[in-house]
Amino acid sequence: MPQRFSFLSLARGALDGHRSWPEQWRSPDRPDADYDVVIVGGGGHGLATAYYLAAEFGVRRVAVVEKGWIGGGNTGRNTTIVRSNYLYPESAALYDHALKRWEHLSTALNYNVMFSPRGVLMLAHSVHDEQVFRRHICANRLAGIDNEWLTPAQAKAFCPPLTLAPDVRYPVTGAALQRRGGTARHDAVAWGFARAASARGVDIVQNCEVTGIDRDAGGAVTGVQTSKGPVRAPRIGVVAAGHTSVVMAMAGLRMPLESYPLQALVSEPVKPVFPCVAMSNAVHAYVSQSDKGELVIGAGTDQYISYSQAGSLQILTQTLEAICELFPTFRRLRMLRAWGGIVDVTPDRSPIIGGTPVPGLFVNCGWGTGGFKATPGSGHVFAATLARGEPHRLAEPFSLDRFSTGRLIDEAAASAVAH
Amino acid sequence: MLLIPCPHCGDRPEIEFRNCGEAGIVRPTAADDAAWTAFLYLRSNPRGLHAERWRHVHGCGRFFTLHRHTVSDRFESAP
Amino acid sequence: MSRLPTGGRIDRSRPLQFSFDGRQLEGFAGDTLASALLANGVTVVGRGTKYHRPRGILTAGPEEPNALVEIDRGGGRREPNTRATMQPLFDGLVARSQNRFPSLRFDAAALAGLAAPLLPAGFYYKTFLSPRGWHHLWEPVLRRLAGLGRAPDAPDPDRYANRYAHCDVLVVGAGPAGLAAALAAAETGERVILCDEQAEPGGWLLSDPQESIDGQPAWTWLDDAVATLRAHPRVRVLTSTTAFHYGLQNFLALAEILPEGSRLRERLWQIRAKRVVLATGAIERKLLFHGNDRPGAMFASAARTWLNRYAVLPGRRAVLAASHDSGWQSVFQLQDAGAEIAAIVDWRAAPPPPLLEEAARRGIEVLAGHGVTALPDGMLAMPRAADGTLIRNRTRTLFCDLVLMAGGWTPTVHLFSQSRGRLRWDDAADAFLPGEPAQNVVCIGACRGTDDLAACIAEGQAAGAGTSLPPRVQRAGGLAVRAAVTGADGRSFVDPQNDVTADDIRLAVREGFRSIEHVKRYTTTGMATDQGKIANMVGLAVVADTLERAIPEVGITTFRGPYTPVSFGTLAGRHRGVLFEPIRTPPLHDWAAAQGAVFEPVGLWQRARYFPRPGEDMQAAVARECRAVRGAAGIFDASTLGKIEVVGPDATTFLERIYVNALANLAPGRCRYALLLREDGCIADDGIIGRLAADRFHVTTTTGGAASVLHMMEDYLQTEWPDLRVWLTSTTEHWGVIAVQGPRSGEVIAPLVEGIDLAALPPMGVACCTVAGIGARLFSVGFTGERGFEINVPAGHAPAVWQAVLQAGAPHGITPYGTEAMHVLRAERGYIIVGQETDGTVTPDDVGLGRLIGKKKADFIGKRSLDRPDMRTTGRRQLVGLLPIDATVPEEGAQLVIAPGSATPLGHITSAYASPTLGRPIALGLLQSGRVRIGTSVFALGSTGTAAPVKVVSPMFTQPAGEGENG
Repeated sequence: MPQRFSFLSLARGALDGHRSWPEQWRSPDRPDADYDVVIVGGGGHGLATAYYLAAEFGVRRVAVVEKGWIGGGNTGRNTTIVRSNYLYPESAALYDHALKRWEHLSTALNYNVMFSPRGVLMLAHSVHDEQVFRRHICANRLAGIDNEWLTPAQAKAFCPPLTLAPDVRYPVTGAALQRRGGTARHDAVAWGFARAASARGVDIVQNCEVTGIDRDAGGAVTGVQTSKGPVRAPRIGVVAAGHTSVVMAMAGLRMPLESYPLQALVSEPVKPVFPCVAMSNAVHAYVSQSDKGELVIGAGTDQYISYSQAGSLQILTQTLEAICELFPTFRRLRMLRAWGGIVDVTPDRSPIIGGTPVPGLFVNCGWGTGGFKATPGSGHVFAATLARGEPHRLAEPFSLDRFSTGRLIDEAAASAVAH
Repeated sequence: MLLIPCPHCGDRPEIEFRNCGEAGIVRPTAADDAAWTAFLYLRSNPRGLHAERWRHVHGCGRFFTLHRHTVSDRFESAP
Repeated sequence: MSRLPTGGRIDRSRPLQFSFDGRQLEGFAGDTLASALLANGVTVVGRGTKYHRPRGILTAGPEEPNALVEIDRGGGRREPNTRATMQPLFDGLVARSQNRFPSLRFDAAALAGLAAPLLPAGFYYKTFLSPRGWHHLWEPVLRRLAGLGRAPDAPDPDRYANRYAHCDVLVVGAGPAGLAAALAAAETGERVILCDEQAEPGGWLLSDPQESIDGQPAWTWLDDAVATLRAHPRVRVLTSTTAFHYGLQNFLALAEILPEGSRLRERLWQIRAKRVVLATGAIERKLLFHGNDRPGAMFASAARTWLNRYAVLPGRRAVLAASHDSGWQSVFQLQDAGAEIAAIVDWRAAPPPPLLEEAARRGIEVLAGHGVTALPDGMLAMPRAADGTLIRNRTRTLFCDLVLMAGGWTPTVHLFSQSRGRLRWDDAADAFLPGEPAQNVVCIGACRGTDDLAACIAEGQAAGAGTSLPPRVQRAGGLAVRAAVTGADGRSFVDPQNDVTADDIRLAVREGFRSIEHVKRYTTTGMATDQGKIANMVGLAVVADTLERAIPEVGITTFRGPYTPVSFGTLAGRHRGVLFEPIRTPPLHDWAAAQGAVFEPVGLWQRARYFPRPGEDMQAAVARECRAVRGAAGIFDASTLGKIEVVGPDATTFLERIYVNALANLAPGRCRYALLLREDGCIADDGIIGRLAADRFHVTTTTGGAASVLHMMEDYLQTEWPDLRVWLTSTTEHWGVIAVQGPRSGEVIAPLVEGIDLAALPPMGVACCTVAGIGARLFSVGFTGERGFEINVPAGHAPAVWQAVLQAGAPHGITPYGTEAMHVLRAERGYIIVGQETDGTVTPDDVGLGRLIGKKKADFIGKRSLDRPDMRTTGRRQLVGLLPIDATVPEEGAQLVIAPGSATPLGHITSAYASPTLGRPIALGLLQSGRVRIGTSVFALGSTGTAAPVKVVSPMFTQPAGEGENG
């Protein structure tokens, strides 16, 4: 076990100039020859899966192979919003499974992931918005998930920079608030899970790209080929957000996925000015303020698929138009940094978690623009699914075969909530 | 912002166009569930050359197919 | 005062008053805020983010990490984090230091420095682990300490604009190389745009008047070049304009800051260039030594800029800390200007002999092979051992008030990297240089690693003319950055704004953060508002040194845009208020507004929701409007409905494949309510299809669906069935649509209709005629369930026809009604609204419209999907009517459950209204197996948690008066 993190250990570190801190996680140069489970992809979801496999399901011989550096994909590129106020019971249950874990993740991992339940405010601008949000609120209440309706004045009190001026293009007519929602520190989630997984024996191999999926005569997986040699394993879990189609094609599978560039940006840091997360689907903007003081702003996806991690400028300008319209006091702030990730999007905007037509090959993908919030829940149910070879109860509705049967979980159609 | 070579109008900025997804997805006439699912949802989503449909929606209105590399985002000639 | 009596490019005839932290000071036109502060002897301008140590002005350019100030022009014009080095001085400028309390001189948070041993990189990951403790206790404290300036607290009243431009050659950077390139390109007859981030073109030449070009003094050449370019008809020179984004296909974005007092504050340029010449220069590197962040420590190049461009002597007694040749010249010039030089301390054991000779000639002491550490009032020089550590028993104390740092140069390859060009490490340049380009772009001058002025000009001439570049020329040299950082100890700041030291980076590496991206994220080095311009190369060198690897093996962090921070206002441009998104108004909007209608946004449209009379609230107005329609006649502006003209010999075949309905048997002169599915079998849209002739249809769509339905139709027509001879035209804005509904609607319009026998027009009929003398298409349809008409007239005539109908209807009590009454009226008849009763998961059968499907049709969009197992399964949610038992209007969105305590949702309420016709509340809902539950009761659970019983009934609360389907 690594040295426990605490104020005391920090104070001890101060005595020797912090020269004796060990590696936070082991970084073997190459993977072993065989494992019980190989996780393809060292993002938050993959690392969480590995952690729960080792910590809760007793699967010790687990490798996470990552083609770059852990947490370098969407985990380190998102706007860190955490909430669970989804419409359908299947979705709400899955995301709330995650939210309950977020609430104790720092202590569970012994790593401060800075979960900050500052409240997620979703702004309504029309009668239609209000109908949609009230439907969410009612559905959430029934599912035991907090979500409440605020009048414009209540919304303004909760989020003072909001403008209630009547001469804006889309005046705010109310808002839905999930108080338990908030933000977390994205990098810390990857590192915290990596450290805790590594401490439980998981091998995390970075700069190790999967180049092929090996199968036996019956079609079942036997392992993967990597840039650092072959690895045998009877179960493979693909958690390669953005690149899922590319990895699954190695097993001959076409996926119901398309990969789009998604951008986000931050402002220069300022003193605390924005106390919550606010999002508007009608105006297409969402914003919060990081602990460093930067306004963290989510932009949209480009209209075409791309693996370039570089989106178009007009996506950013459209987003900032919306931000300035909702928060006109921010117009003189400056965009400090913008970046892109690659999100894989399913036709119904809900994830795919579970087995595939290839025996032994499991997949966890399709989180679209909103996967970060699910990280601990996704990892947990996927670990259960991998460990038992059958879907976790909460993962069952998210099977791949829903696209054949037509039992979609169409969060997008139902709510126009795109993130 | 892409500069898109409309075969009818020449190079025009991307905001005049609408991307219409992967090209060459044939709409089956008599399909079993699997073939129909493939038509509805399964996409190659390649990391490489991608045949995709565009419509010059704020221009000539025509649909056409282009090949674009999804890493460089450059338009290339058909393979 | 440190202003020299002569020299510089300032205009001494125009003194400007300004204030800093309340002190009234004076500068000159041509000053930046930073040069004016230095001229007034102000050396402490800010505080570090973490330890709140005092900080001075490090640089003279856009890379400045320390001198960030608040500029206050009053009201909503207060802005944080402005670089004093880039802010032109203007009369009355009010600047304040930031991130200090209570004052810059005494900052209470500097006590954090005492706790520094407890606050290494990433300390917050290791403590404050209790979830409540973090969020409630520690996070608010850390947040208040972090952040730089204050956000504005009032809306920004200034104006921003946007321009698009095309050119043959875009030259970024108006230093000598860029100027030469622009001149050469202009001579070839090409259209040229030259931009530079500085207020004045010239780049490094502005700081180096001693140089000569073509035998002319540098500034003479510069003035001639700028004059030539400004006068050239095909050249546009943009100053104070930063190219910050380099996208695909040579699409670049530039942010122009207009002069103070202009009508516009800033302008976004979006430029598509045939080719791009990057002459973006290079940024000096700092050296790592204890106390390198102290006020008075600055780049050697910056000192030369203060001296030559602004005639400011930045200190009285200077020490040069150098690992590179380039700093020596700055010291020589400072000496010429009157400063005392305490010593030159060079990391290298053997600096080049010509420099040593010149120093000796000038009587300047040189400590070669030495390093330094800062003292409160000077420097301590010590020999560097082989491993870079300082040999502490052989110290020299050097009193000074100025420390110049010269650590070599980092080419500014940001834009080249954004263009997706490859960077390659070059040992001789000790830097990443532009490699293989991905677009039509060349890099010249210092950003290519060339440091010789004549060579820069030659490269510019070649690039401008479009010929191949001469080889790179590099004259100055220095100690490799990786060797220069070895042994950096104590408070050697790598990133001064984020307070990241070399030790922090070493800790990160020790803890397993080996990728440069990991180090950056763990320590926050390079993530300050200078975007790593100061920290990245030096930080990379520390990582390489710690890992004992070469720099290119460690890698390089991504150059993410923007190059320098750009205001939100610039990026948002004019898109604010009513210009944020266009507002669409139907032809009767002005009339409705004059009547005092209350509007609601529907997509981009503004629609009249209701027409309150004095004293009426919405409920009263809607009830009155509904009663009028049911009792007599109402008039409604339905112009926002989408309209598509479908014409051609195969139009019937085409529409039969698009819509679920059988349409072959639709006779000319008749119309039909039709449903459109997506290929997945779910309802996408609905509307009326009117057949005008064998080959001509007038098709309506929902208000929101107009564009997408036409797009979908075009898609199938052009790509699936190109053999069909059909033409599609959007006529949404051509027709104004006046709905006249109610039992007396026929009587109302009869006097106005000519050309047809109105009495002979059956329900669900369509005819061409005139109404009030205007050519019209008259549909006998109603979305209210009453006898009714929809009069389509050319939109320009709609107001006149509307007035005529109003007049004709006055004796019958005709009443204008809005969308809210329309919603109530249709709900009383159980008619769906796509997007309210349906949500993209609903099939025709789910809403009881399975009967519309043409059973004999071989195919239509979505047909095959309806055969999928889960689309045919029992237990789907079906449209039902719901009657609240306690007579209050239930909440739209309320969940339906079997019993108050049940947690299993069976469906939800899609619409709910007080029905004036029935005198009671009604609701529509989607309910699991709803049709078999008719007659039973369920409970509606609202957003406040109260459950109310509702009776399940048929969705048709009242029977239509006329014939017909929805329509």
